[in-house]
Amino acid sequence: MIGYIHSFETFGTVDGPGIRYVIFVKGCPLRCLYCHNPDTWTMDNAKQYEPDDIVRLINKYRAYYVNGGVTISGGEPLLQIDFLIDLCKKLKENNYHVAIDTSGAVYDENNKELVEKIKTLNKYVDLYLLDIKHINSEKHKMLTSKGNVNILSFARFLDRENKKMWIRHVIVPTINLDDESLKETKKFIDTLKNVEKVEILPYHTMGIVKYEQLNIPYPLKGVRVPTEEEISHAKEILKR
Amino acid sequence: MAYKIYDGWEGFNLGHWSNDEVDVRDFIQRNYEPYEGDGSFLEGPTDASVKLWNEILELSKKEREHGGVLDADTKIVSTITSHGPGYIDKELEKIVGLQTDVAFKRSLQPFGGIKMAEQALSLYGYQIDPEVKEIFTKYRKTHNQGVFDAYTPEMRRCRTAHILTGLPDAYGRGRIIGDYRRVALYGIDYLIRHKENDRSLLEGEMRPDTIRDREELMEQINALKALKEMAASYGYDISEPAKTAKEAIQFLYFGYLAAIKDQNGAAMSIGRNTTFLDIYIQRDLKKGLITEKEAQELIDHLVMKLRIVKFMRTKAYNELFSGDPTWVTESIGGMGIDGRTLVTKTSFRILHTLTNLGPAPEPNLTVLWSKRLPLGFKRFCADLSIKTSSIQYESDDLMRPELGDDYAIACCVSGMRVGKDMQFFGARANLAKCLLYALNGGADELVKDKVTGKPLQVSPRFAKVTSDDALDYQDVVQKYDNMMEWLAGVYVNALNVIHYMHDKYSYEAVEMALHDSKVRRFFATGIAGLSCAVDSLSAIKYAKVYPIRNEEGLITDFRTEGDFPKYGNNDDRVDEIAVWLVKTFMNKIKKHYTYRESIPTMSILTITSNVVYGKNTGNTPDGRRAGEALAPGANPMHGRDSNGALASLESVAKLPYDYARDGISNTFSITPNSLGKDD
Repeated sequence: MIGYIHSFETFGTVDGPGIRYVIFVKGCPLRCLYCHNPDTWTMDNAKQYEPDDIVRLINKYRAYYVNGGVTISGGEPLLQIDFLIDLCKKLKENNYHVAIDTSGAVYDENNKELVEKIKTLNKYVDLYLLDIKHINSEKHKMLTSKGNVNILSFARFLDRENKKMWIRHVIVPTINLDDESLKETKKFIDTLKNVEKVEILPYHTMGIVKYEQLNIPYPLKGVRVPTEEEISHAKEILKR
Repeated sequence: MAYKIYDGWEGFNLGHWSNDEVDVRDFIQRNYEPYEGDGSFLEGPTDASVKLWNEILELSKKEREHGGVLDADTKIVSTITSHGPGYIDKELEKIVGLQTDVAFKRSLQPFGGIKMAEQALSLYGYQIDPEVKEIFTKYRKTHNQGVFDAYTPEMRRCRTAHILTGLPDAYGRGRIIGDYRRVALYGIDYLIRHKENDRSLLEGEMRPDTIRDREELMEQINALKALKEMAASYGYDISEPAKTAKEAIQFLYFGYLAAIKDQNGAAMSIGRNTTFLDIYIQRDLKKGLITEKEAQELIDHLVMKLRIVKFMRTKAYNELFSGDPTWVTESIGGMGIDGRTLVTKTSFRILHTLTNLGPAPEPNLTVLWSKRLPLGFKRFCADLSIKTSSIQYESDDLMRPELGDDYAIACCVSGMRVGKDMQFFGARANLAKCLLYALNGGADELVKDKVTGKPLQVSPRFAKVTSDDALDYQDVVQKYDNMMEWLAGVYVNALNVIHYMHDKYSYEAVEMALHDSKVRRFFATGIAGLSCAVDSLSAIKYAKVYPIRNEEGLITDFRTEGDFPKYGNNDDRVDEIAVWLVKTFMNKIKKHYTYRESIPTMSILTITSNVVYGKNTGNTPDGRRAGEALAPGANPMHGRDSNGALASLESVAKLPYDYARDGISNTFSITPNSLGKDD
């Protein structure tokens, strides 16, 4: 089962607990305005790897990941669900802590086949890093090109399955930094019982250079990064 | 027989070290207390420390406003006793002693080379005293003059073309660490007696080596006497062992001060002193002679002195080292070979100066890191690193098996057993440039022959690449091998000349007096441009690299088709080339005679001078443009490591320490945010 990969990071420290090997996969159904990895949107120039080859690469660094593990990010990992199951199963066989960084956008509760596959996947996953980008579906659509119905239902699904979650929320001035959105987000998170941590990720502009390289107009041109005060204010509201 | 017990040794466990021997390590092992706790016992600075430090900051500000040098001696040649006592603020200073009689006045040190001393002065608007100049031109030969009297034309060409750069032929070689602890533990008279005894054993047939050893030992004895005289000028009698922590720190510092008055070395490192000093501090604390606050004050005051070590140097020198570094490296922590940690409370105290006085590049606080260091110390270091970015780390686990548990770092990476090893510093050979020489048969790609106007032919005329097809890897490797064979020979022999002359005209008498008389010597060669050469070879091997020639037929550029693996991604295909290159060059170095039966070593080290090496290197097959910086030390080329830090570091870690015993450096910058989140 071949996976389509963008790149690897051997020293990931911001995507899950501890020091982690991060696999960035190719392909994403969303087009978030603030995306800092636009080079993972399509399958163009993907590198192809078998799960065994990836595990072999990771094993070279095994000692470093004792208190960390492996995170599969992207792009959207759930787009390559069969590959993902195969890879996570092998990572688990090698005793790694496995995290999946996903928006949940591909989830569809009516797609029984997919739901079953994710249930299989869950056997090999220790933690989901779940992005809630906007609590309001309309605004979510403006921000990401799709509504948030599937995402919120994916969160509830994971909660029913008793999967540990970290909720991650990128805050962008003028888009989701208003108190109302933050409070609504908090209200939703409070309905979930398996959320271990809520991470506020301040929007940053380090992705701009990639847009330039890809000749894509930068969609958030002129939008500033949040201030320290705004960040701590948001943290205060979302605090559990 | 009963050995004499000195007052200063009261309360210490005696042993081999006190049985009429000089053995500081034995003293430490029998007396130190490992500390496994955290930094919560530490105290802030005293009022005196704050005031004194502010006075130093004020002087530093004036110095900057004055163009980098506040005052310079143009007449008095610096020796251990050349100047009367100097103070910053006599009332406040707990630890005393300056390089000259006035704070921030730089001393005149012409023994390395009178031209360098003169140039350095004139650059800052000072004029050397004509009489001093006459003496060191007409009557007293300098190290620099000696070297150039003996250099061969080939050595000079290598220097002109910068394939050998930074050779210590016009300045002090440095890198020698006196065991300054001996001054505190034994006092000067004891040390003189031992040296006299060693000298008395050198009788009988007078061969050149014996004559030199006898002369040097006499110089060492005289230097020890001068050291005692210098201390007396500050009101201290150091003929007997130190009796208190304050005295121990003061005596030790006097030893170091004598060294920097005597030598303007490229790196004047101070050794491994905190575990030793901790024994004295603990003794005083237990006796109730001092408080923790006072103990910290002593360390703060010592560190202030080490922060203002200054030498008169030329701008070219400062350009080579990107600043005005003195490399007052202090090695901290590590593990003992018996499994106990060598971390003590004073290891914390010295690092705590970064908090009490604020961050600073000097002294170069270097933590000897082991997986087995106590957790409290590890956390303390990590926290301070995040706050100050001022700590250097080196692998104790790698060095301890080779050097035991009483070694220290000279400069940035050179490990040596304190008081038992010394080294002949050898700067670097540029292996990236050497690869270009291999392609062009030893004609320089940048430098012209002043007479003919043609590219300077540096090596003998080796076979060059004549085809314009893609470069053939086997052919290039063969040519490169030949060129390195030649370069290693010229390099080692140039260093033989340099160190012969340094010993003759600028001998480090006081530093060597604080070594065992039978010292182990390292012959410390070095390489620059490793990753550039390796990526270039990888490009030739895995992609297609076509040479581009200038109108003279010289290969000055390259056209590359296809991709190639790059060093820094934990990819064996290219990392193996790096290992091969390190081993190959080291083996070529080993083939040659090295001065005074020294043991050849090699470093893969540059922290800043890689910028200058890059300026003097043409376009390279890896795509680097002429003049662009080479990567520092063993670092991958900038931006080519694309799999994150671990992959990059794993590539570096493959380089064999056995073949680079003088050390391997990797400069690694990271922002605290990218090391994770703090909540």
